[in-house]
Amino acid sequence: MKLKGWRELTPGAVILEAGNAVEFKTGSWRAFKPIWKQENCIQCLFCWLFCPDMAVKVKDGKRADFDYEYCKGCGICALECPGKKGKKAIVMVEEGN
Amino acid sequence: MSKVVAATGNEAVANALRQVDPDVCAAYPITPQTELMQRFASFVSDGQVKTETILVESEHSAMSACVGAAAAGGRVVTATSSQGLALMWEILFIASGLRLPIVMPVVNRALSAPINIHGDHSDAMGARDSGWIQLWSENAQEAYDNTIQAFRIAEHMDTRLPVMICLDGFIISHSIERIEYLDDDEVKNFVGEYRQLNPLLNIEHPVSYGPLILTDYYMEYRKAHDEVMTKVPGIVLDVAKDFEKISGRKYSLFDAYRLEDAEVALVILNSAAGTSKDVVDEFRNRGVKAGLLKPRLYRPFPYKEIGEALKHLKAVCVLDRADAFGGSYGPVFIDIAASLYSYKEKPILINKIYGLGGRDYFPEHAALVLNELIEIVKTGEVKTFKEYIGVRQ
Repeated sequence: MKLKGWRELTPGAVILEAGNAVEFKTGSWRAFKPIWKQENCIQCLFCWLFCPDMAVKVKDGKRADFDYEYCKGCGICALECPGKKGKKAIVMVEEGN
Repeated sequence: MSKVVAATGNEAVANALRQVDPDVCAAYPITPQTELMQRFASFVSDGQVKTETILVESEHSAMSACVGAAAAGGRVVTATSSQGLALMWEILFIASGLRLPIVMPVVNRALSAPINIHGDHSDAMGARDSGWIQLWSENAQEAYDNTIQAFRIAEHMDTRLPVMICLDGFIISHSIERIEYLDDDEVKNFVGEYRQLNPLLNIEHPVSYGPLILTDYYMEYRKAHDEVMTKVPGIVLDVAKDFEKISGRKYSLFDAYRLEDAEVALVILNSAAGTSKDVVDEFRNRGVKAGLLKPRLYRPFPYKEIGEALKHLKAVCVLDRADAFGGSYGPVFIDIAASLYSYKEKPILINKIYGLGGRDYFPEHAALVLNELIEIVKTGEVKTFKEYIGVRQ
């Protein structure tokens, strides 16, 4: 994306397009990556509910995979995940490993 | 039709705010601003204005509430002094950075410690580089007139910047003077209907204020702010021209008093300029070519225009009612020196610090300084470039 010059900016850095945070990809901030283990998932959708970045995708009412373009790796989903029989459906692994 | 009254500076400014009838006022009381806001609060409770007043727990909150109300799309005012302005400091930069046209009378008072309630300029000088416009006022009439003009300057669609109107604590805020008030209708017509720019409360077009701007854009926003400041002097002059039509009173970027053919001059802000003008007249009567320059638009500082107005002089004393600690000169001196820097031929400059914490500035002080300037012109020698006057040794 071509960066704008100072003459092209909105006064006061006001953002005029609603919902344009979608253009700001925050996935590169991640140090730990959540991994979804479908076999342990009970479809409670807690991860979807708690994710502050809407990085948990849902398709046809069912849990889909993470959107890693926005997931910052905060780990809230992994913390909240009840899992199945003591086995988490979301685990955090260090990026780059 | 104007009305002549006897009123204090605070009363006059409160009356200007009543005539403008802003949408929102969030304020916290502090001496010597208290009377101003108390009078305005009375207008609110008496139903003379429709303003929504927000009583807050500190000046930090007052300015924060002003930022919110202005972003929401309202015409917003507050007022403060001294420690109150210091406490607002963080939010001052947010108000200007978001380009919110908040209008704020600042009743100048010294900063603590040691604690002191009287007039000096250290409060507003500490905020001079906060991205706000500053208009300074010699007397209650100028404070009233500047307050009314401030709305037009702040709300100009090409700039949208907050404005401080500075007036000396107690000397102007609490002294009763002869003031000409404009008619309410004249003031209403002059300031006009408030025009919003990207208001938060417009739900048809949702906008976001205060995004995180990192290394890729921060510098561009700062450059844009610097650039928009260069438009301010032109706007101030246009507004002054319109104001003259309704008031008969002339305003400019600065007051050049008997300066044209002068050889020695004083540069001085606010109320002490009035005292100094009398002394300049006395010296003129004795055949001394003395003059005076009183800045009105202090931020943005009209470097070029002021440099042009002073460059022909032989010696100039800049009197500061605040010091810039750090072994340097007073703040006004630094600006005046910068305005003359580019000229090959320029006056000898000296700096006096006077009137701190409300210490009286007498005609004798101005006379002393003018005599020193005459001596400097005669001998070409400067004994001290910076000195405190009216201080016990």
